Amino acid sequence: MIANDWIQILVSLGLIVLIAPLVGRYLAWIYQSSHLGVERKLYRLLGLDADREMGWKEYATTLVVSNGFFFVAGYLVLWAQGSLPLNPRHLPSLSPEVAFNTAASFVTNTNWQAYAGEAQLSNLSQMLAITFLMFVGANTGLASLVAIIRGFIREGTQTIGNFWADFFRFFIRAFLPLCFVMALVHAEQGTPQTLKTTVTARTLEGAQQTLVVGPVASLESLKNLGTNGGGFYNANGAHPYETPTPLTNTLEFLEMGVFTFSLPFFFGRMIGRPRQGQVFFVVIFALYLAGLGVIEYSEKMPNPLLAAAAVNQQTSPLLDGGNMEGKETRFGITQTSLFSNTTIAATTGAVDGAMDSMNPLAVLVYLVHMFLNEEPGGKGVGFAGLLKEAILAIFLAGLMVGRTPEFLGKKIESREIKLAALSLLVTPLLVLWLTGLSLVLPAGKSSIDNPGPHGFMEVLYAFASGNANNGSAMAGLNVSTPYYAIVIGLEMLLGRFLPLLPLLALAGSLARKKTHPENAGTFRTDTPLFVILLLGFMVLFAALTFFPPLILGPILEHLSLIHGIAF
Amino acid sequence: MKIARQSLMATLFLMFICGVVYPLAVTGMAHLVFSGQAEGSLVKNANNTVVGSSLIAQGFQSPRYFHPRPSAALTPDGSGPLPYDGAFSSPSNIGPDTKQEIKNVTDAANAYRQENHLPPGTPVPVDAVTASGSGLDPDISLENAFLQVPRVAEARKLNPETVRNLVMRIKDDPQFGFLGTARVNVLKLNMALDTLALKQN
Repeated sequence: MIANDWIQILVSLGLIVLIAPLVGRYLAWIYQSSHLGVERKLYRLLGLDADREMGWKEYATTLVVSNGFFFVAGYLVLWAQGSLPLNPRHLPSLSPEVAFNTAASFVTNTNWQAYAGEAQLSNLSQMLAITFLMFVGANTGLASLVAIIRGFIREGTQTIGNFWADFFRFFIRAFLPLCFVMALVHAEQGTPQTLKTTVTARTLEGAQQTLVVGPVASLESLKNLGTNGGGFYNANGAHPYETPTPLTNTLEFLEMGVFTFSLPFFFGRMIGRPRQGQVFFVVIFALYLAGLGVIEYSEKMPNPLLAAAAVNQQTSPLLDGGNMEGKETRFGITQTSLFSNTTIAATTGAVDGAMDSMNPLAVLVYLVHMFLNEEPGGKGVGFAGLLKEAILAIFLAGLMVGRTPEFLGKKIESREIKLAALSLLVTPLLVLWLTGLSLVLPAGKSSIDNPGPHGFMEVLYAFASGNANNGSAMAGLNVSTPYYAIVIGLEMLLGRFLPLLPLLALAGSLARKKTHPENAGTFRTDTPLFVILLLGFMVLFAALTFFPPLILGPILEHLSLIHGIAF
Repeated sequence: MKIARQSLMATLFLMFICGVVYPLAVTGMAHLVFSGQAEGSLVKNANNTVVGSSLIAQGFQSPRYFHPRPSAALTPDGSGPLPYDGAFSSPSNIGPDTKQEIKNVTDAANAYRQENHLPPGTPVPVDAVTASGSGLDPDISLENAFLQVPRVAEARKLNPETVRNLVMRIKDDPQFGFLGTARVNVLKLNMALDTLALKQN
């Protein structure tokens, strides 16, 4: 690494550490203040009784039903694309299974893409289906976290808030305005924003070149701020129109991090214990940093298999060396590492380089991030997942010392543990079973692109990504087949709602409980000891559950790569 | 029933705001203040025809021009390769430890040495032999550009020092001095070469 690599990393991470607490404070204001005038008018216009407190069942029902409507609306647009306006290229409608996959993908904040944006979607679909679903998917995630947090704040009540108020407050006071401002910044840097579709250029050598343009900038800021990740173009953030400059790459890194890394601080403010929020931030940031270190090391490593071809892979002032397959020159290794670690950790799923061409150790990090899925995780649901792990870690600690586990003054009892464990089990069940199934079925195997452990990783990665609602892909795997479109479509819906509903139930259960004052026997959860306990629990859980596939995939591939074995 | 009615109202409202008002508002503002960028950073020649975009690579082949990185872009229906065309951007998606990758890189390195008249075994910069993430990477590394200077200079009957100075003039430093890499935009560089030729005539 050269000095510039260090400076880029330190400046980027420094900005996140600086901004996150401030944004956390702002988010807490959003949810602790009363309705704004414009919000009241909106609730009246839409007939939403935003002051009515909901129990967890009503909250969950409203969340699921509204998401059902969002899903159907998005599906209809994609399914009818061929007969809708603003389609001068006469692109046909998506096939029913790919339209299903796409609507499921975007409503669950996954943004898995079984289609190629510039080749298959009209500008109308990009706006009316994709941009719309990106907004509502991300917003739903954040609203659910607010409801779950209320479980810890309230006592002796059946209610955990109002879904509509939680939904629209973030949308109006933070999400939409920031997306608008950042979209203009992206446009200034070179991201197109027009209603035109294609430009045909006559190149200097006289060849014809098709340039696809469209409303890209408005999608680009949203893609990252909402930790959505679905690109306008097939190459996603690697496309020079999506991420034209190193500055936009850094801004996108910040956009992905700004809300997600602020959530621990938001939590701390909401429960009136800022120190608890800082502790959670330390846990998240430690895992994030560890991942970044491994990726940067992995991608800077010269590929021993290319030595015979006499390729210069050493970094110098004239060349950014390392694994440049699938990476863009303007970013180089370090910007790509920063981006890819963040996009996976924050469950965005946007990429600015080809995940399928990354070295195995980097893929190992991506997989572990997606298995844990909460450091910091996607909009809201990621942090909710961390709270669930905290409850389980405290339960384990309680077992070890023989105390009734307590978290933030709430007694953790059988019902809470069952709900948390239920939520935790979804990931291994979906990822491991579906990966296994696809490796047996011909329909699963025929889509694999690369040979050896790399091909196995493509399948494992796809299901890890679908379940984590991440959306990035090792894109060699052909996922537009009916088998993958339907199975991953279902997996994304299950991966979103199956873990979330038990957590809402958990919040309902906690809200009913008395909050006990701390005493000398209370196990403190805002100490370094708790940081170690929680980290230990997360690593142990991931290791015990996912070690076999990690050995068969990235670890095997890394060992063969350093011994010069090609597949 | 009430939840369904509320959800329907919210869906219609949000679809209108997020899918129509927001993108149109950004489009309007972007055209007011940065219309060049908003249209795709198109580059036009003296006759006002579009020759490309300063952000998108072109597949230069003539020895008189600098060449971009390899491209794995596809045809509009995704069925086969169509390098450097913006209709379907794509990386190669080839794994780092595959025989295919070794073959692609070895072939590209040999071709690069041949076209630039470099002796066998001369190390070739990694960006010159690996497909970019989009297939449309407009830039090459400075080392890559400098290795192409003698070939371009010879084809244009120019002093290599002149071409080298042109690379130094067109190159982009890391943004703000530290973001990203030092690189040179191939289309801008080649257009500057053509301008130089016009001036000399």
